[in-house]
Amino acid sequence: MKSLKKLNKYFFRYKFKIILGIIFILFSNAAQVYIPILLKDSIDALKENISLDLIIKYAILIVAVAIVGGVFRFLIRTTIIIVSRKIEFDLRSDLWEHIQKLPTKFFQNNSTGNLMAHATNDISAVRMYIGPAVMYSIDTVSKFIIVIVIMISLNPMLTLYTLIPLPLLSYFVYKLSKKIHTRFTLIQEKFSELTTKAQESFSGIRVVKSYVREENEIKHFTKLSNDYLLRNMEKVKIQAWFMPMLFMITGISVIIVVWIGGSMVIEKTMTLGEIMAFVAYLGLLIWPVIAFGWVLNIIQQAEASMKRLMKIFSEKDDIYESSEINDSIAQIDGKIEFKNVSFKYGQNNNEVLKNISLEINKGETVAIIGHTGSGKTSLINLIPRLFDTTSGELLIDGNNVKEIPKEVLRKNIGLVAQETFLFSDTLLNNIGYGLEVIDNKVIENVAEISQLKKDLDSFKAGYETILGERGITLSGGQKQRTSLARALAINPKILILDDSFSAVDTNTEEEILTKLKEFMQNRTSIIISHRISTVKNADKIIVLENGVIAEQGTHDELVELNGIYADLFTKQLLEEELKEIE
Amino acid sequence: MSKDKRDSDDIKGKAYDSKLMKRLLGYVKPYKGYVILAILLNILVAGLGPLRPYLTKLAIDDAIANSDYNELLNISLLLVGSLILQAGIQYVLTYYTQLMGQKIIYDLRVKLFSHIQKLSLKYFDKTPIGKIVTRVTNDVEALNELFSSGIVMVFSDVFQIVWIFGFMFFMSWELALITLSVLPVLFYATFLFRKKVRDAYRQERKFLSRLNSYMQEHITGINVVQVFSKEKDEFKKFIGINSDYRNSLMRSVYYYATFYPVVEILSSISIALIIWYGGGSIIQSAMTIGVLFAFIQYTEMFFRPIRDLSEKYNIMQTAMAASERIFDVLDDDTIIENPEVPKSIEHYTGKVEFKDVTFAYNSDEYVLKNISFEINPGETVAIVGATGAGKTSIISLLTRFYDIQKGEILVDGINIKELSKDELRKRISVVLQDVFLFSGDIQSNIGLNSEEITYDKIVESAKIVGADRFIQQLPNKYNEEVKEKGATLSVGQKQLISFARALAFNPQILILDEATSSIDTETEILIKQAIEKLLVGRTSIVIAHRLSTIQNADKIIVMHKGEIREIGTHQNLLAKKGIYYKLYQLQYKEQELSGV
Ligand SMILES: Nc1ncnc2c1ncn2[C@@H]1O[C@H](COP(=O)(O)OP(=O)(O)OP(=O)(O)O)[C@@H](O)[C@H]1O
Ligand SMILES: Nc1ncnc2c1ncn2[C@@H]1O[C@H](COP(=O)(O)OP(=O)(O)OP(=O)(O)O)[C@@H](O)[C@H]1O
Ligand SMILES: [Mg+2]
Repeated sequence: MKSLKKLNKYFFRYKFKIILGIIFILFSNAAQVYIPILLKDSIDALKENISLDLIIKYAILIVAVAIVGGVFRFLIRTTIIIVSRKIEFDLRSDLWEHIQKLPTKFFQNNSTGNLMAHATNDISAVRMYIGPAVMYSIDTVSKFIIVIVIMISLNPMLTLYTLIPLPLLSYFVYKLSKKIHTRFTLIQEKFSELTTKAQESFSGIRVVKSYVREENEIKHFTKLSNDYLLRNMEKVKIQAWFMPMLFMITGISVIIVVWIGGSMVIEKTMTLGEIMAFVAYLGLLIWPVIAFGWVLNIIQQAEASMKRLMKIFSEKDDIYESSEINDSIAQIDGKIEFKNVSFKYGQNNNEVLKNISLEINKGETVAIIGHTGSGKTSLINLIPRLFDTTSGELLIDGNNVKEIPKEVLRKNIGLVAQETFLFSDTLLNNIGYGLEVIDNKVIENVAEISQLKKDLDSFKAGYETILGERGITLSGGQKQRTSLARALAINPKILILDDSFSAVDTNTEEEILTKLKEFMQNRTSIIISHRISTVKNADKIIVLENGVIAEQGTHDELVELNGIYADLFTKQLLEEELKEIE
Repeated sequence: MSKDKRDSDDIKGKAYDSKLMKRLLGYVKPYKGYVILAILLNILVAGLGPLRPYLTKLAIDDAIANSDYNELLNISLLLVGSLILQAGIQYVLTYYTQLMGQKIIYDLRVKLFSHIQKLSLKYFDKTPIGKIVTRVTNDVEALNELFSSGIVMVFSDVFQIVWIFGFMFFMSWELALITLSVLPVLFYATFLFRKKVRDAYRQERKFLSRLNSYMQEHITGINVVQVFSKEKDEFKKFIGINSDYRNSLMRSVYYYATFYPVVEILSSISIALIIWYGGGSIIQSAMTIGVLFAFIQYTEMFFRPIRDLSEKYNIMQTAMAASERIFDVLDDDTIIENPEVPKSIEHYTGKVEFKDVTFAYNSDEYVLKNISFEINPGETVAIVGATGAGKTSIISLLTRFYDIQKGEILVDGINIKELSKDELRKRISVVLQDVFLFSGDIQSNIGLNSEEITYDKIVESAKIVGADRFIQQLPNKYNEEVKEKGATLSVGQKQLISFARALAFNPQILILDEATSSIDTETEILIKQAIEKLLVGRTSIVIAHRLSTIQNADKIIVMHKGEIREIGTHQNLLAKKGIYYKLYQLQYKEQELSGV
């Protein structure tokens, strides 16, 4: 129950409605339990050959009481259930607000499918607790007490006999549904496996088809489906007992009334009307008793779900929450300084960056070159604080990045990530994503720089072209250049291009770089690339090797140095020259 | 981000559509035995419930009225007997109908998945993955309830109501008519409710689906949201979608809040009528109290199924909507057809020929125009050109991912439309421009769990592309876990794995679409040297932007805006002083200059 306590703050928000709802439940129960008394009175009256007028009076009373009860039932739902929907909304919004803030690491450890399941299944499980479970448990307890009191006042012995099976019923419901629940969890696991399989198999359809792996995928999926079927049947084996069990036990109660009560009527210690009332009360009690076992289960499930949600809620935005933000920093000039920075992705991982020290002055262009996996991306991801340094300091304008407010930092950095992600929206909205309001002049300008203009001509809808999921309907280079335009549009002080021309032909790249030169004046920029042609004009070139800065300097200096860079340069140059000479 | 454009999850159709139903029932056919069993058991079990109030009546009128203890005991035992029998039958019934339901949806799910696997890429281009996944998971699941409880429940309710009416009319037809006089009102109320709930439900589904696709997309692209500091704006959008969803849910709360009390009130009116009319008859001694007793119980018995109708209606509606979407997919025939009698290549050489090929992804936006070229067996051909020129598209056509509008593509002289797709693709390995890794481990990502590919082959391929070096440094080497989309690997490393995969499959034609674009020059050179040996006698097609990687190609094809502008060897093309020359000048001169 510990996790569910966390919901109290939400309950508190709607306390008046909830209290009202509880009062309505009590009133509606009072009306409901009154009907069997009326039934009893009218049947007993019939036995005594009373006038038709009295009977009519009873009939009208029954309807009147039912109407009063009905009105309260209406009010219960419109308070308690409505509140549960509102809390569900609040909870989901809070969850999303929280998830949005979490660091990159969190998303690498939690698959999309899992997070989706939390935001949907777990939240609805908690909602069931807030609404139906709260409603029925109050309903059950209050109704149970009133009905038992009345039944005892009618006939204590018979009450005792008829109630014997009821605790058994609650017990069975509880036991069965617990078992069902464990099997259900197993089913859910398989289902999520099935979903993941489908998800990957469809996302990677190009690979599947290229390598003719369809049959294999189908085989695998068929096996999962079959496992899923078997697990379901395991549950059915138990669940199928549920309903028969219920009416067996409740039916027995009614039979006890007829048999023992009947004997009492013969002995004249009881009236027929009372039997009617007993049967009617049993009818009223059965549902609450069933609900009792059911509610216990809902609470258990909600508890488990809430625990999972709390785990997400307790995930810290460790990048931003732990640091001492200096709110007086409102802008960024662009000087970047790495001081002895080391970095590893996790406790058990190797060091990816080792003792990096590097100074980039405002307005400078620095290029990074290095082997696959040497740590280039890791290095630049530290600047917008997608990850934090493990040791050492990273300063921007002399301030530790940990002191700079997140918004200020990120709004001033234009990062073109190595892997492009575009939204399935129009081209225009994708380019203008970082803007408060979309300004056509800005869009035109950045489209010009990133050479998207030419491509736009071939799109019928121009800027309004809707991209497929993740930009699937664009060519590789078009995707990269859209992502470039998106970063330029926010007019950043620091521009970071992580291998952003890998899918762009050299010609187009040259044109972009020329245009960028002007754009990059007075901006600090970092360019990662494998091509000498892209990096050679930088103010400073960094050669990264296994997480260490192996060489740095201008192109000429590095060629002079005759080290890794020079070697690379001759390799790229030689290849072309060799051919030329042939 | 998502506008109104992705609402194909809306529920368009009616709640009950006889055509759909007929088609759905087609899937029940193999399980005819189960259905017959279920119906028989249903008829039996439906009568047992209504039997009990009748027995109660006998107990009151015959046993209690005559003070006959024996009779009372007998009747009580009969009651117990009927109860046990009912429970037993109910168990068997539930078990078998569930089994049937599970089997049916298993059939359907596997069929659907297999069908989707065979759909052409065109389908995947236009349909978000999330939606396709929903089809094979949740939509199929929605049918489960229909098959395993829906259909059977409808039968059992109908039978039960028939039995109840039978008993009622048997005991007193006047009282029966009077009791049932509220039915028209009940039906009308149900009708109104149904309509309201249906609309509300549609809205609910629509907003839920919108909420889900929003979350799905933004979790995947969370980095972009964060890097652009758009959390606040995105949160506002989320609140908008979330509150639309909440409002639609709240609307149906009101409908339920009204409907249930109305049913309860109607049922109390029925009881009041029984007391009034029955009471009158009893005063005149025209009726016994036992009948009254039984009638009151019957009232409760038949109001329950009618009240639950709304629930069943929901099941039905969900199922209909789901099946409509499922059938839409099954009817989707954007399949690249295999020829009826596929030809097979006897002497495989690896010759490829494009003859006047014209192609558009969408009706008339031509991406490739009149493409003709020839690749001789064993040749290496390079394709160059500006981004968006259509290079990737050419590759997609060769493996028949899309069918062309005009022209012919021949492999070893046979039109690829006449070959079986599998045979064609098995001969060709493509390193795709967009790298995709499956979650699993490194080994399974290279070998794709194919039995024909041994562990040694996997390691060998990784060594050729230079991936072995970094894999050896991972804690679990080839068994190292690969996260969703390879999140913990560097981009170049992912590309190397994808490259190794292509080599592991030992293709006769190797296609590299920007296969080394994110890989450093040194590794690239090593790969080139390594595969040169491997490629002897095999045809290969290379797309690259770095001209250095393609100069030794036997033939270079220069593309521009969907057309072939130049074809020739490096030397030829330079001599021609055309586009290629210009491209080359640009790259070469730059480096020359800076080298000085
Ligand atoms: N699946 C698709 N649906 C619709 N249009 C597409 C699709 N894929 C590509 N296109 C369009 O077809 C044209 C050619 O794309 P293609 O991917 O063949 O170019 P490319 O030469 O490989 O470019 P790059 O060098 O940038 O990868 C582009 O204008 C692109 O927008
Ligand atoms: N999220 C992560 N968790 C654990 N290890 C990671 C993660 N991301 C990257 N690595 C590892 O860190 C090392 C450096 O990766 P990084 O992405 O910085 O390389 P890179 O220099 O950008 O390479 P490339 O040129 O291929 O893009 C690699 O060995 C990679 O496997
Ligand atoms: Mg990288």
